[in-house]
Amino acid sequence: MQNTKKRIVIIGATSAIAEHCARLWVKDTHVELILVGRNAQKTENVATDLRVRNPQTLISVIKADFINALAIQQCVDSIVAGGVVDTVLIAHGSLPDQTLCEQDLSAVNEALQVNGISPVLFAEAFAGTMQKANLGTLAIIGSVAGDRGRKSNYIYGSAKGLVTRYTQGLQHRLANTAVKVVLIKPGPTETPMTSHLKQQGGLAPVEVVAKIIVEGINTAKPVIYAPAKWALIMMVIRHLPRFVFNKLNI
Amino acid sequence: MVAVSSWGRIGRFEHEVILLSDRGNVATQIKSQRLGIAHGMGRSYGDVCLNPNGVIWKTTGLDRFISFDKNTGLLVCEAGVLLRDIQRITIQHGWLLPVTPGTQLITVGGAVANDVHGKNHHGFGCFGDHVQSLKLIRSDGSIIECGPDFLPDWFAATVGGMGLTGVITEVEIQLRRVTAPWLSTETLAYDNLDEFFYLADTSESDWEHTVSWIDCVAKGGRGIFMRGNPTDSNELYEPKSKNFSIPFVPPLSLINKLTLSPFNTAYFNLKKYRTGKRINHYEAFFYPLDNLLEWNRMYGPRGFYQYQSVVPRAVGYDAMQAMLKEISQSGEGSFLAVLKTFGNREARGMMSFPQPGVTLALDFSNKGGKTLTLFKRLDSIVREAGGRIYLAKDARMPRDLFEAGYPCLAEFLKYRDPRISSALSRRLIGY
Repeated sequence: MQNTKKRIVIIGATSAIAEHCARLWVKDTHVELILVGRNAQKTENVATDLRVRNPQTLISVIKADFINALAIQQCVDSIVAGGVVDTVLIAHGSLPDQTLCEQDLSAVNEALQVNGISPVLFAEAFAGTMQKANLGTLAIIGSVAGDRGRKSNYIYGSAKGLVTRYTQGLQHRLANTAVKVVLIKPGPTETPMTSHLKQQGGLAPVEVVAKIIVEGINTAKPVIYAPAKWALIMMVIRHLPRFVFNKLNI
Repeated sequence: MVAVSSWGRIGRFEHEVILLSDRGNVATQIKSQRLGIAHGMGRSYGDVCLNPNGVIWKTTGLDRFISFDKNTGLLVCEAGVLLRDIQRITIQHGWLLPVTPGTQLITVGGAVANDVHGKNHHGFGCFGDHVQSLKLIRSDGSIIECGPDFLPDWFAATVGGMGLTGVITEVEIQLRRVTAPWLSTETLAYDNLDEFFYLADTSESDWEHTVSWIDCVAKGGRGIFMRGNPTDSNELYEPKSKNFSIPFVPPLSLINKLTLSPFNTAYFNLKKYRTGKRINHYEAFFYPLDNLLEWNRMYGPRGFYQYQSVVPRAVGYDAMQAMLKEISQSGEGSFLAVLKTFGNREARGMMSFPQPGVTLALDFSNKGGKTLTLFKRLDSIVREAGGRIYLAKDARMPRDLFEAGYPCLAEFLKYRDPRISSALSRRLIGY
């Protein structure tokens, strides 16, 4: 019998947002999940959990290098060799310490690699085969931080800004194909990545953000703010005149 | 630092919050210079889950299943998994947790650390009675795997051990078979304590679940008795769960002198009018308040105390009557008042709350000194009756009552983790 399951690839599957998206996806039996992570044990833990949540889904784990371009290409090649991919979610990232970045260039380098260059390389590696197949949805997690550089986190913001600009270009390139490209911009979300942040009260629950993302991917919206209120907030922030913006302590 | 409060909302305290999310990394994460305590959903009422100006290790990121055998019902999961999430998955294969408290919005780790009980204590005991093994991480990085048959002393110290023996990261639980998510239930009204005890005693052999709401404002102790049994009825639709939320904290407690008496009378008569047999979904019968999110806000900005005690059955009638009299004389009162008999069985944990007898749980708006004075009177009744107070609910009991109520304390202290401390442990144990 032919495999009729929808193939979903998650890059950075141990990220809290990605893991919660996967929990929503496995509620549907007709999916096959391919989890790609840097840490084999952590990724395997996520897979085991998903198998308990729905024993009928097919879940596989791939350990990958997220920095080396050649390794990324090989990883993606091996995935697409296994069959047509319906959905790709590129979710990895890590919030750098801005103060540390201002003192240590290697921290800047790492933050730009992990949050900016790496997601772009993965997306670019998938884009070609998806274009050829003329099928599928490619979703990338950016951030509201990429909408305008702010002193409190502009290294992270600039990496995510790269992702934003890249996605725009890819959307333009694939506009005349059936491939959908989705950019997701979560606001501050309650995840291990943000657990040290002081403003705990203002963080959105990760389950809520994941639900918005999965629904957004289903309808293939070009840009998803999660939660939606961030679209409005960031519109205001983007349009603040510089003399006002520079007075803000954000 | 982040302001954190427990379910009673008596105060908000600054904590350093460290989220645990990788079970392989917990040993490294808890090696902090400062004292900490594991904290799940923060659903315990008092200060057992708090550590003001210290560290809390938030366990809700440890929310992965590890294995589930749908033939034997044996489940292994991380300690931050919610009871709700377990049951919503396992019910599809015909299994439920054997014991759950009045909310399923709590973590497995919290259920073990407080050795929670439910409406079926007389048949199924406590949560810890169904735990086959658990993994405990100590602040020195060592890992202790224990169960009722291996390292049973560590197991007995950790079940009901208030999180003070280490951080629980994994739990293995034996679920129980059910044929359907339904219960066949019966609601009865009683007019006094005699009738309550008669109903409780005669229901124990034929009904798995028994509980009652008691009107502690009316004289005599009238109330509503509810009992239920699993049923295989299958022709019903799953109820759609609708969540309501109390959107803000009202400036005054909604439970006060003006509202309480009419509330209770209306509730009693409404329920009395609707007594009889019916079929209920397990979520509606066990967790009626789970759909009313943040219901603890109704007690206003000063929060509330819960006072839950258990006294031996031999003196149960007199002690209950004396407590109800004190409460009604004080003019204070409680809407969420629960009266239940425990089965004749000892819990596994050294510090577990349930013991053979009768338990009364009451909520009181926090009115400062006035409320605490009433508690002192209730304390003396509990002390005289040889009872104890539930640590998961407590925020104020005096040390002598704690020591009298928990005779295994000295033994328990041998298993404490020296780098773990909570507001409750400092208040009642001194460190």
